[in-house]
Amino acid sequence: MTPLLQISNLHASIDDREILKGINLTVNAGEIHAIMGPNGSGKSTLASVLAGREDYTVTAGSVVFQGKELLDLVPEERSREGLFLAFQYPVEIPGVSTANFVKTAVNEVRKHRGQEPLDPAAFLALMRERMALVEMDPSFLQRSLNEGFSGGEKKRNEVFQMAMLDPVLSVLDETDSGLDIDALRIVASGVNALRRSDNATIVITHYQRLLDHIVPDFVHVLWNGRIVKSGDKSLALELEQRGYDWLKQEAAVEA
Amino acid sequence: MDQQTILDEIVGSDYKYGFTSNIEQELLPKGLNEDVIRFISDRKNEPEWMLEWRLKAFEQWKSMKEPMWPNVDYPPVDFQDIIYWAAPKKKPELNSLDEVDPEILATFEKLGIPLEEQKVLAGVAVDFVLDSVSVKTTFQDKLAELGIIFCPISEALENHPELVRKYIGSVVPTNDNFYAALNSAVFSDGSFVYIPKGVRCPIELSTYFRINARNTGQFERTLIIADEGSYVSYLEGCTAPQRDENQLHAAVVELVAHDRAEIKYSTVQNWFPGDKDGKGGIYNFVTKRGICAGVDSKISWTQVETGSAITWKYPSVVLKGDNSIGEFYSVAVTNNKQQADTGTKMIHIGRNTRSRIVSKGISAGVSQNSYRGLVKVLPVAQGARNFSQCDSLLIGDACGAHTFPYLEVANNSATVEHEATTSKIGEDMLFYCNQRGIDTEAAVALIVNGYAREVLNQLPMEFAVEAQKLLAISLEGSVG
Repeated sequence: MTPLLQISNLHASIDDREILKGINLTVNAGEIHAIMGPNGSGKSTLASVLAGREDYTVTAGSVVFQGKELLDLVPEERSREGLFLAFQYPVEIPGVSTANFVKTAVNEVRKHRGQEPLDPAAFLALMRERMALVEMDPSFLQRSLNEGFSGGEKKRNEVFQMAMLDPVLSVLDETDSGLDIDALRIVASGVNALRRSDNATIVITHYQRLLDHIVPDFVHVLWNGRIVKSGDKSLALELEQRGYDWLKQEAAVEA
Repeated sequence: MDQQTILDEIVGSDYKYGFTSNIEQELLPKGLNEDVIRFISDRKNEPEWMLEWRLKAFEQWKSMKEPMWPNVDYPPVDFQDIIYWAAPKKKPELNSLDEVDPEILATFEKLGIPLEEQKVLAGVAVDFVLDSVSVKTTFQDKLAELGIIFCPISEALENHPELVRKYIGSVVPTNDNFYAALNSAVFSDGSFVYIPKGVRCPIELSTYFRINARNTGQFERTLIIADEGSYVSYLEGCTAPQRDENQLHAAVVELVAHDRAEIKYSTVQNWFPGDKDGKGGIYNFVTKRGICAGVDSKISWTQVETGSAITWKYPSVVLKGDNSIGEFYSVAVTNNKQQADTGTKMIHIGRNTRSRIVSKGISAGVSQNSYRGLVKVLPVAQGARNFSQCDSLLIGDACGAHTFPYLEVANNSATVEHEATTSKIGEDMLFYCNQRGIDTEAAVALIVNGYAREVLNQLPMEFAVEAQKLLAISLEGSVG
């Protein structure tokens, strides 16, 4: 089986400082991967590089996504090809309603796939259905995107957009940060509901607690720009108990 | 009227302005003096008092100086190098849309302007404009039935001289400012609207005007009077790109709202802004003012300004009647080397008068965009209230946004609020949109329209849609 995503020897830097120092990762359809690691290990950088943020320069390596070199595509093309990033800090866009924003995004993706734009009634029905997944009140549709939303509401809105865009690969960048336990449960159940055998998810997180709700098939520990350890979900539990220091030492010895 | 006559009238050709065919030769030499003004007045068969009025304005203008306080920079205008009287030349008519500049056609396309209208706007010979004809005919019958007068001001001078005489210059006096004085002396034509007591004008006075927008003059004069308890919504301008051989435009618009009357005046201005280096753009020096003369009256200005090399314009309201309301909603876009200094004046005189100012500036390229507004509360204006919101949006690092709010409050019971924000379309916002499959150009359009929504919402429906597209087009290529 061809992997959905194949990251090989990925190096990336910002302002001449190397952050990613040779990432290798294979993600197959149907899988959930968790990427953990202490602050500054490069987790969010990896998410940004996958999504194509300009601030980062890829200096080596390749990322093959569904048979295409992802790094050759501009960010909007990556999105239209089915890559979704749930932002750690979603932006606010004053005056642009959530409905209008999502409609614009969905229609761009549909256009890319050679589909007609959805008619307004069908679209509204779909939005209401998908909002229910994350227990968002439909009144949010008329509000400016993320403006005045609480932290939890913003994250739910990210998962709602994910549900609308129906991506092949979703990268959740610290989606659990700033969430109370109820919001965490809601967001996680939304992500789980979207899980299928033909899509995949990469969950970036600091904490084991999100992984109680979104159960990963694989856990990877990122440290100093490299994946230093991979395992199943028991690795997350071990990290919870022992912290990261033992891994840092192991990694230091190997290097 | 036969087909051709109707057509000519609708597209605003010579006939509408009362010219005869030999007028083509009547082109005065450059320069301005009393004889020029006498000539203009004579050509238009104006009554003696109108000529006197023009001459008085000219006398005043001669002793006035071009204002230098706006935050704009341009080479001095040589007022003796302008032709003040020229018969509107019939534009060389093209035979089909194929002959029109493809760039203009592309813009029409983006704006969604119907094909027949595209032809009229682009100056293509139109053999059949049934829609427009029927629109105009029904429209005129309907208005006449209600006693509404809507005609060129030159026609109003012939048919309703007493109304024109009573109101012209009553809101913007001839010596109000340099450009208003110049306009008063030499104005070519413009529109006249009178809505009788208790009549609610059933149509946006817009469709008609847009068709005619092609031949708007260099010195335009508009006068709108809403009598007691009446209502009118007036739309000026055109989203289609407007080119003109006259670089200087100095219009005057006067609005008068009597007791319980309401005037809603919307402008979409898209004059040629010049090329990327700012060459050849229109200078737009406009004086627009309304007076809420009666109690409970209301005047609302809405403007979407995207064109012109230089915009100098402050649609204002004098709130004389008790409980009267003045509003100003503005979106001003500057891109490349455009400069805009625009805003409003709200003069509170009556008791419990209210005003609201919502100004949204958008600057891109190396443009300069200034908001300049005055809120003045006179000692007699008991209980006056004002709210001002002045926002600036910057695109890129090379443009400028400036805010000059002036407050003169002489009554302690007044409530005056001013809010201002400056924001930037940041990389973060664009990247977020990109990540959702929206390319940068579409993202800018989305963000800008969201930012301007409060103002766009004030526009009549069909125009709001076009104005949205226009904003996007004006900012094309401003990012990335």
